Amino acid sequence: MSWGDLLAILGGAVVTVLLSLAGILIGSPIGLALAVVRWVDVPIAARAVTVYVSILRATPLVTLLLLLFFALPNIGIAIDPISAAILGLVMNTAAFNCEVWRASLMNFPKDQYEAAQSVGMNATLRFRRIVLPQIVRVSLPGLVNEMSLLIKVTPALAVVGVVDITRAAVRIGAQTYEPLPPFLVALALYVPIVFVLVSLQRWIERRQIRAEAAA
Amino acid sequence: MIHDFGIVWSERSLLLSGLGNTTILSVLSAVAALLIGFILTPALMSKKPWLATAVRGFVDGMRCVPFLLFAYIVYYGLPSLGLRLDNWTSGLAALTIYNAAYMAEILRGAWAAQPREPIEAGVAFGFSSLSLFRRIVLPPLLLAAGPVIGNQMIQIVKDSAFLTIIALPELTHAAASIQSRHYVPFAAFISAVFLYWGLCLVIEAGVSTVDRMAAARR
Repeated sequence: MSWGDLLAILGGAVVTVLLSLAGILIGSPIGLALAVVRWVDVPIAARAVTVYVSILRATPLVTLLLLLFFALPNIGIAIDPISAAILGLVMNTAAFNCEVWRASLMNFPKDQYEAAQSVGMNATLRFRRIVLPQIVRVSLPGLVNEMSLLIKVTPALAVVGVVDITRAAVRIGAQTYEPLPPFLVALALYVPIVFVLVSLQRWIERRQIRAEAAA
Repeated sequence: MIHDFGIVWSERSLLLSGLGNTTILSVLSAVAALLIGFILTPALMSKKPWLATAVRGFVDGMRCVPFLLFAYIVYYGLPSLGLRLDNWTSGLAALTIYNAAYMAEILRGAWAAQPREPIEAGVAFGFSSLSLFRRIVLPPLLLAAGPVIGNQMIQIVKDSAFLTIIALPELTHAAASIQSRHYVPFAAFISAVFLYWGLCLVIEAGVSTVDRMAAARR
């Protein structure tokens, strides 16, 4: 394994992190929107969201990516590997984040909502000023947890030809006939990335518990 | 479009054998992972620091690694250390060992939340340690951990799809081979998605049955 190989795996790490970030940054607000649709109980749409979440939570990312990458061109939508990867990650995270957001919406104290109503805030203002700032805080550990889960499914992106950490390591292993060293490098890259996210989640939780104890 | 689904229907035996293999893989490794988890959990809570640290390191390490990378290491990496396994053995081994770490952590959490009194009462009644575990510790533990174990089983089903990459003939692999032979990507993969959904709905139904049993016991 040469320095060039090492750089190739590091390049894969950048791809892994950037694509996961794209997935979470686009998927999380969509998840929030889906959760609100269920929370407000919009007729028909709420049912559709429930079914969407149920199906997406049961679908392996590999299968979803194969479906998007091969079936979309079939109905006339040309899609390159990176777009397919981001679309797959977004569809996946949106479903999982919807559940995180929904849990915090369900636990939102009703009295605050009614107080906002009684001072004459309209629905949009109530949501933006009263509900959103608080559910963001409550949902944060869950969302960070979803992000570490997302990093762990990104190797699935290899099936559409995206070169992430795992794919880069497999390629080098196939070229040098020594698969173990590049795999160990890949391992050494994933562990700190996931570890940072897990520590971040625990830190946020501890800080919130302390803030609650102080209040 | 209807015609495409007709092609998938004509290949239904392939798709169903894929579903069967996914089910066999998931059930076998879930049971094995749970059993190994039961061995690891007491070690996690052991008073011997070297044992607790070693098992904690294994459990936390596994939870930081993507499953596909671990499966690759077992399938392609171990042969260079002189251990060559076929794709079924390495797929099953990878799925089992990887999820055993998650199961151990789930069981530890549920175990730590169990009340002490029934166990102390069991000791006072003279239960031996094995029958104490089997009759007093285990039943409430499994009932309490049921939903989380169910979630992990869904995770195992989804992880098993990664094994298509080491050419294990599971559900995604079957769908991919139908798509490559007949070029019916949408019909083939959407059928696979619905079969995965069905499998997970069965697991969720199982979990809610266990939940009802737990509620009836309380």
